[in-house]
Amino acid sequence: MSQPALPGAAPAAMDRVLFGDNQFFGVNHMSEEKARAQSMRFQDLGAIIEVLDAAYQEGIRTFMCTSHDRVAEICDHFRKHRDKYPDYRFYPCMPYAHKYANAVTEHGMIEALRMFLPQEGAVAAMLKGGMALANKDIEAIMQLLIDAEMKMFHDLRTPVVFMQNVITDLLLGLRMHECFRIFHDHVRARYGAEPGYITMNVPRLLDALDALGIENPVVCANINKIGFRMCGGVVAYEDAIAHRRFRPVAMSVFASGAIPPREALDYVCRQPRIEAVVFGASGRANIRQTKALIDELSVSR
Amino acid sequence: MIKTAMVGLGKMGLSHLSILRAHPDLDVVAGCDATAYLTDILSKHAGLKCYADFDDMLRSETLDALVVATPSKLHAPMVQAALERGLDVFCEKPFVLDVADGERLIELARSSSRVTQVGYHYRFVGAFKEAARLVKSGALGDVHHVRAEAYGPVVLRKRGSTWRSAKSEGGGALYDYACHAIDLVNFVFATPSAVSGVVRHAVFSRDVDDEIYSTLHFDNGASGQLSVNWSDESFRKMSTKISVWGTNGRVTADRQECQLYLREPHPALPGVDKGWTVRYTTDLSDEVWFYLRGEEYSAQVDYFAQSVKERRLDGENSFARALDADRVVAQLLDDASGNAVFAGREPRQASRPGLWSRLFG
Repeated sequence: MSQPALPGAAPAAMDRVLFGDNQFFGVNHMSEEKARAQSMRFQDLGAIIEVLDAAYQEGIRTFMCTSHDRVAEICDHFRKHRDKYPDYRFYPCMPYAHKYANAVTEHGMIEALRMFLPQEGAVAAMLKGGMALANKDIEAIMQLLIDAEMKMFHDLRTPVVFMQNVITDLLLGLRMHECFRIFHDHVRARYGAEPGYITMNVPRLLDALDALGIENPVVCANINKIGFRMCGGVVAYEDAIAHRRFRPVAMSVFASGAIPPREALDYVCRQPRIEAVVFGASGRANIRQTKALIDELSVSR
Repeated sequence: MIKTAMVGLGKMGLSHLSILRAHPDLDVVAGCDATAYLTDILSKHAGLKCYADFDDMLRSETLDALVVATPSKLHAPMVQAALERGLDVFCEKPFVLDVADGERLIELARSSSRVTQVGYHYRFVGAFKEAARLVKSGALGDVHHVRAEAYGPVVLRKRGSTWRSAKSEGGGALYDYACHAIDLVNFVFATPSAVSGVVRHAVFSRDVDDEIYSTLHFDNGASGQLSVNWSDESFRKMSTKISVWGTNGRVTADRQECQLYLREPHPALPGVDKGWTVRYTTDLSDEVWFYLRGEEYSAQVDYFAQSVKERRLDGENSFARALDADRVVAQLLDDASGNAVFAGREPRQASRPGLWSRLFG
C-alpha cells in the first residue's frame, strides 16, 4: 500500500471540498429520469474522467467514491497518469452493496465469499473445508472483505476510508457495534488511513462510537438546512456538531436540489466544525460555482 | 415497552430487525430462523436471543407482538399461531397465498381484537401518499384509467436457487413485485373488481413468472393496466410507478416524485394552479427516528408500534387491506391458468441464500 501505518500519528487534515460519485452511477434522489440520463451519459469512462478533470482544474483533488466495479477503471486511469494528478487522493466508501448482492444471488453466499476473498490463507481454507460460518471469526472475515474492496485502490493515496451508510446503519440498528471497532482498527493498521463512517443517524452513531472508545471519528452524513435524512432532527445535528468531538463531513447539502446553492452552502459553512463538504456535479460551470461558493463562504467566517 | 419477537431473519428480516431494535417503544426479546450461521452471528455479535424453532420460541417467551418475515408460504400458519396466543402481528408481504387462509386470519384477529399490519411499505412513501391524497380529493374528475408498473433486475439468467424461485413457496415476480403494484392501485385509487388478458410469462425462470401483464377493471367503469417485469437489468433496483388519468388531469408518482397535471384548478386542491405541479421526496418525506434504506421502512414499523399502543385495529395495511391485494393475485392466477408460459429449461443449481442477498438481493 502506498501509505505505511503510522500509529499515533495526528489525523491527516481533509480537504475542504470533496468530489462525490453518485452522478456517475445513476443515483439521483430527486428523479429516476435524471438518474437514467446520467447513467447513459457516464457509460463511457472518458465522460467520467472529463468531469473529474474539470473538478481537478477547479482545485478539487479528492474523489470520494464507492468501490463500484467501474471505479476500478477510474483508478487505473489515475495510476497511469500519476504525473498529471500529483496530489490526487481517493476516499473509498465500501462496499458497493449491489455488487455483493448480485454475486450472492448468482453463486450463493459461500461461493460469493470465496470470490471476494483471497484464494490462500486460513479463512479460505476454512470456507473450503465447509466449516460452519458460525465459528467464523467475524474479525478475520471483515478484514479480508475490506482488503478485497481496497484492492482496486492499490498504489493510490487513500487517507480516509469510509464504511457505507447502508452497512453502518444496519450494524448500528442490529447493535453489532464491535464491527465498527474492527473496521477502525484494520483501516488504521493496514492502510495507515483514517476510518470514516457514513450514516443517516449521527447522534445515535456517535453514542455507539463513544461507547467503543473511538475518539474523534470522521463521520459523513446528510447535513442540510431542511433536515432531509437527518435522523434525530436538525437541532440534534447542530447540537452534536457544535458540542461533540467528531470530524463532520457534510453530504447532501443541497438536499438533492431542494435548497438553492448559496443558501445551502451558507448553512453548512456557518457551522465552523464541519471539516469538509462533499458534492457531486456533472458540469464544469456547476463545479466551479459550487467550489467558489464554498471557498467564499468558508473564508468569510 | 412492547415485547416483540421476529421470525425469519432473511433479506427483509435483518433489515426489520435493525429498525425494530432501534425503536424506543419496542423490546426485541428474541429472533428465530432455521439458518444456524445467521442465528449464531446474531446471538454472538448482536446479543440477540435466538431460536431455531418457531413453536419453541412462542412457548418460551412472553410476547406482545410478532414480526413475520419468513418465506410467504409460512405466513399463514405462523400468523395463526401468533394470533392464537393473543399477539399483535406484523407480517411481510404478500399476506397469504390462499385467500381462504386470509379470511380466517382476519376473523381470528377481529374476534381477539389484535392489531395487524402487512409490510406494504410503499403506502409509507411520501410521493405515493401524495398521489393517493390527490386522487382521493376528486381533483382529477372522473378517473378513467390507472397504470401500475414495477421493474427491476432480480432474475437475469436461467437459474433458480432460493425460495423466491419456487412457485409453491410464494416466489416469482407475481408475489415479489406485482403484489406491491397491485397494493398501490388499491391504495391510490381503488381495488379492481376483475382482471382480464392476463399474461404471466417466464423470461429466465423455470418454475415461476418473471413478467406479468394484465388489464384491470373497476366498478366505476375505469380500466387499468398492470405491467411488471423483474428481469430488466436497465433498472439499478426495483422501480415502481403509478399513473392515474381523470377527466381533469393526471397524477404520476414514483418513489422520488409526484407529478400532477391539472387541466383546470379544482376546489378540492386550493392554491394548486392548472398545469404541472411537481413535488419531490425531499419535500414529501416525514422525518423518521432511524433511517435504513428508506424512510418508509422505519415509518411502517413506527406505525405498527403506535397501533399496538393505541389499540388501532383498522390501521393502514391491516390484514383486511392486504387481503384485497391477495384477492387480485388470485384473480390473476385464475385468469392466466392454462396460459402461463415458462421458459428456462436448464437444470436448477442448488445454492443457499446468503447474507448479502438477504440484505440487498
